[in-house]
This record gives sequence, structure tokens and C-alpha cells, in this order.
Amino acid sequence: MSANKNTQTERRIIYLVLLVAVALPLIFPIGWKTEVSSYTKMAWELIENTPDSSVVLFSFDYDPSTITEIQPMAEAMLEHSFSRNQKIIAVALWPQGVQMADQAFTVALKKYPEKKYGVDYVNLGYKVAGIVAIQAMGKSMQEVFPSDQSGTKYENIPMLKKVKTLKDVAYICSLSSGTPGIKEWVMAARDPLGTPVTGGTTAVSAPGLLPYVNSQKQLYGLLGGLKAASEYETLINKIGSATIKMDAQSIAHLLILVFIIIGNIKAFYSRKRGAQ
Amino acid sequence: MSGFMTTFGLWLSVFFTLSIFSFLYKDNPFYKLSEQIFVGLSAAYWLVYLYYSVMVPNLFNKLFTDFKGNLILLIPTALGLMMLLRLIPKAQWLSRYPIAIMIGTSAGINMVRYAKTDLLGQISATMINPFASDNVITVIGNILLIVGTICGVYFFYFSKKQEGIRAVPSKLGIWFLMISFGASFGYTVMARISLLIGRLEFLLKDWLHIIK
Amino acid sequence: MKYKIPLVFAFVCGILVVISEFIPHRPFNMLITTLQDWFMIISGFAILLGQISLFQANIKKIKEKNKDWPFYLAGLISFTVMLIFGLLWGTQEYRGIFGQGEKIQATVGMKPFDYLFANAFMPLSSTMFSLLAFFIASAAYRAFIIRSFESNLLMITAVIVMLGRTSFGGMLTSWLPEGLKFLHLPNLSDFIMEFPNSAAQRAILISAALGIIGSSLRIILGIERSYLGGEK
Repeated sequence: MSANKNTQTERRIIYLVLLVAVALPLIFPIGWKTEVSSYTKMAWELIENTPDSSVVLFSFDYDPSTITEIQPMAEAMLEHSFSRNQKIIAVALWPQGVQMADQAFTVALKKYPEKKYGVDYVNLGYKVAGIVAIQAMGKSMQEVFPSDQSGTKYENIPMLKKVKTLKDVAYICSLSSGTPGIKEWVMAARDPLGTPVTGGTTAVSAPGLLPYVNSQKQLYGLLGGLKAASEYETLINKIGSATIKMDAQSIAHLLILVFIIIGNIKAFYSRKRGAQ
Repeated sequence: MSGFMTTFGLWLSVFFTLSIFSFLYKDNPFYKLSEQIFVGLSAAYWLVYLYYSVMVPNLFNKLFTDFKGNLILLIPTALGLMMLLRLIPKAQWLSRYPIAIMIGTSAGINMVRYAKTDLLGQISATMINPFASDNVITVIGNILLIVGTICGVYFFYFSKKQEGIRAVPSKLGIWFLMISFGASFGYTVMARISLLIGRLEFLLKDWLHIIK
Repeated sequence: MKYKIPLVFAFVCGILVVISEFIPHRPFNMLITTLQDWFMIISGFAILLGQISLFQANIKKIKEKNKDWPFYLAGLISFTVMLIFGLLWGTQEYRGIFGQGEKIQATVGMKPFDYLFANAFMPLSSTMFSLLAFFIASAAYRAFIIRSFESNLLMITAVIVMLGRTSFGGMLTSWLPEGLKFLHLPNLSDFIMEFPNSAAQRAILISAALGIIGSSLRIILGIERSYLGGEK
């Protein structure tokens, strides 16, 4: 009973220390710089090197639970794409992705207010069935999205005049926090159709998706977690929300390492006591 | 009125945030209430977007605007309604038809897609010349990539007992998997902390105005 | 008939998808396009089924006055309110039965559905998942213990990656000379992710793919039929 109580107290102390450790750098920022990794650079290069006026597709495959990690990526990548004069089609394989897309566009459009709906960007909304929907887009975009969210017919949207299937988009950028997401876009768009796919994901999902960034170019780079989002912001010279949060992230990582060390010292001594 | 609603909305967000955090102390009615409200809102959200984004444009609009031209859509509609019969015990068997169509189609798609992307694609990506790079570190990395993949697959090959010399690649495979799990743990820590940062930022910035 | 015809359906649909992959011409491409459209519509009904089931389960708990029934009632009310708001006044993008609801928008500041999304759903969803940060910190303290060579490997990798993925980690080893730059923590972390991690994850992908292909084949051929339930 007493051991149980001790464990509970220990746990609460850990929670409290973590809370304070994350809050302090948010209140008193340190301003540590972030180094850019090759995976982020690769994704940036794909957007950077795609010609002007190309039609590109952004898929919002996440929900508010991962907004802290993915929303900064979405905003930075949308801004980058707008800066290259690319025309953006937004879709969502998660229903909540629709609202996430709206929020990301609101931020990006503040910097590029001249961009016109229907001409420079369009939001086609959510579609159910994940990989099947992507397969269907590979055959006919219009069949899957007969109209945009406001009810305008697909054929009446100026920037979609030449986009019949996914083959007609220059690249696909999936911002995903699970299934359906990047993996499904690689499977149903990159591999059968050859359309380049890049994207951003949560740090949890990143290790499992990295094998797709390979010599076959199944995935052109990958943004994994808040650190990658801040790297992307660095690449487009933006001090965005990810960069600001990186100090807190760094301190929290250090704290977790301290927890691991203390835990091991404690385990070492209890083993020693047990042996005696 | 709009100003009041904005403030009320903010306090509602704060209430729900703190209610969920209260679980860290112990399970309590505030947490339970928030949990159930979350489930309810989430389910309704799905339903509303399903209706507006899928059912209206892909079914109802097509049927209402050109019924004759889209007669074929009555088949998936009927199948969909049969799916709902799963709720009625006596007619439950009828739901097997749409389920079979969905499962069969998914199985076909999975078979083809996984064979191309995860089997052939990944094997092709492993068939590289490890010495193609001038950089020694990349050469070492490429060798590790090839050895690690082969040993990892070998570890998952359970059909033969792995003893003696046969156990060596399997052991190596486990080491690679351990490294990968360690990396995954590091990344998971990063992800979870990020989410906490997001919520604390909301409390400190939007609610308490401590940070700008 | 109640059992065999669905198996035939599964077989035909599965085979059709496979054939259309290798012969992407008429009539297979037409058939597969139609099948995919149907799939999306049936999926819509499947989600509806899930939501009705949830509704029924909650009603049952309330009727039977289960422990915590008032909370289930709250869940049901929130479901109904959000659904009604969504259908009556629509969402930010869609018109509802009452159109765009300009009056209510002027009062609330946005559509009621979006108001609930922004002020209830979003904080609930993101806070629920942020709890995991505390649990993982506690797990790091209690369970991340060195016991064997394998656990050592796991621990060392985790430490390098955790440091390498922070701004602090970069600063810690920034003094290293050019010849030892590969030991610079962010570089070391990237190396681990690019090579040993990718190798292990690739092994998992290949092995899982073999499993998925096998089970898909079993479903198409009707050997695996548990998804249909009992043979009644």
C-alpha cells in the first residue's frame, strides 16, 4: 500500500516537473537555432523546383489532436507553394482535415492576399474510403469531386480545367497523422501513377515512413514532427509557431533524459539491495 | 453578443482543457464528462461531414439532377441500406452482401498495392550498390541498410527453427530492430511533448495572456 | 445463399481489382471505376452504421441506469446538438437547411457548428492526446531500464535521437572538428534514422506486406470468411 502511494507521489512529481519545464521556455524563450536535416531539405527542394503555375495537391489527413505538430508544416508548405506561384488543390482524407485546411489557408492567405479562390487555390473537401478514394482520383478527379465545397461544379473551376486525374498534378503533399495518409498516397498515387509525393507527419509516424524516402524516390523527403516543421520555417525564412516552440521541446527532451538517468540509478540500487 | 460568445468560447475551451488535465491527479467526474462530450462531438462531426462531402455530392445531387443518367447509383444505395440492416437481428444476414463487396475490394486493392509498394518497392530500394558513394559514412550506412533489411526479414521468418549458425542473422536482426525501436521511442517523446506544448501555449497565451 | 453469394461477391470484386491492375483497359477500367464509386457510397453508409450503433449503445446504458449513465447522457446530448447545428445552419463551407444562417452568425461570431468545433472539439481532442506526454515521461522514468545488451542498444539510440532532434543537441557537439562531423548529434541522429532504422522498418514493411498479401488472397479465394460472421 505504501509502495503504491510512493509510486503515485513519484508520478505526480514527474507530471508537475514536466509541466513546469515545458511552460518556462514558453514564457522565457531562449532562442536556440535549428539545424536543417536532409529529409526536410528534400521536401523543400521538391516544392522549390516545381515550375510556376503547376497545379499541386495538398491533402489534409489529420485532426486537431496533432495540430501542434502538423499545422505549422501545413502553413509553411502552403506559403512556400504560393511563393512559387503554384496552384493548390486542397483535399482531405480525414473529415477534420477540412477545418484544418481552412485554418492553414487563412494563415497563408494573410501573406498572399492576392491569391484568388478557384484560380490560385481550391478546397475540394473531404472524401471517405482512404486508399480507394485515391485510386479513384487516379482514374478521374471529377468523378470523386463532382463539385467543390461551395457547390461549384468541378468543370467550372478555372484552375481545374486541365486536371483530369492525379497524373496532372505536379506533386502531392500529404500532411498526415495516421491512416489514411502518406502511406496511402505513396501506394495509390506515387507507385502506380508516378506522381511525386512528399509530406509531413507526426514524429510518432515518421520512423515507419522513412524507408519510403529511398533510391526509388517513393517519397520525396519527409517532415517528421515539430523539429522538422521548424526546419521548414527556417528554410523559408519564417519565424513561425514551430520555431518558437522548439526551446520548450529541447528542454522537455533534456528532462526526459534526466528521468531516464534517475530511473536507472534507482533500478541499479534496488537490484543491488535485492542481491544483498 | 458576439464578443460575449467569444469570451464564453474561450472559457469553454479552458474548462475542457483543465477537465482533461485533471485526470493526471485522478479519475474524476469532470474528466468523464469531457470524455463523453468528446465522443459525442466527434461522432456528430463525422456524420455532418459525411453528409455534406460524400452523400450530397456523390449520391443525392447526382440522383436529383439526373436520375435517369445515374440509375446505376441505386445499386450502391441499396447496398448501403442493406448495410444498415445489421442493426435488425432478423435481417442481419443481408448486410453480408455490402460487407463482402467492401472486404473483397479492399483485399484486392491491398494485395496489389502492398505487393508493389511494400514488397517490390522496398526490395528494389535495398538493391543498391553500397560503394557507389564517395563518402565513407554513406558506404557504411548503405552496408548497414542492406544487412539490416536482410537480417530483419530473416528474423521474421518463423518457418524453421533458428539455432546455431542460423541464429546469427536473426540475432543481428533483433539488434537492428532494437535500434529502430529506440529511435521510435525518441520520436514518440518528441511527438507527445509537442502536443503538450500546444495546449500549454493555449493556456498561457490565449487564456492567461502571459506570453504574446 | 445467405453465405455463399457474399463469398462470390468478395471473389469477383477482389479478382476484378487485380485484373484491372494488369489490364487497365475496357471493360476492366470502367468496371473498377464504378466499383470504386460504389465503395465510397457504401463506406458512407458503413460510417452511418457505426454512429447509429454508438447512439444505441449509449441509449442502452442510460436506460439501464448503468454506472456513469449521466455522462453517457451528456455524450448523447452533445452528439445531438452538434448534429442539429450542422444540419440546420451547415458548416463554414456548406449551407445548411436554414441556409448560411447570417443572423445566428452575427450573434455567435461564426456558425454554431464551427463554434462547437473551435471551442469544444479542438481543445478536447488536442488535450486528450497531450496527456500522453505525461505518461511517456513517467514511463521513461519507470520502465526505461538497462537490463541487457539489446536494451542498451535501445536506450543509446533513444538518447542520441532525442538529443539530435533538439536545438540543444546541435549546440552540444557543434565544437567537433570537420573530420568528426559525423559524430555531431543531429548528423548521428539522421544517420540512425536513414540507415539502421530504415533497415529495420523496411524488414517490418516487407514481412507485413507478405502477411497482408497472404491474408488478402485468403479473403478473395473464400478461405478466410470470418468477416461474414457465423454460417446462419
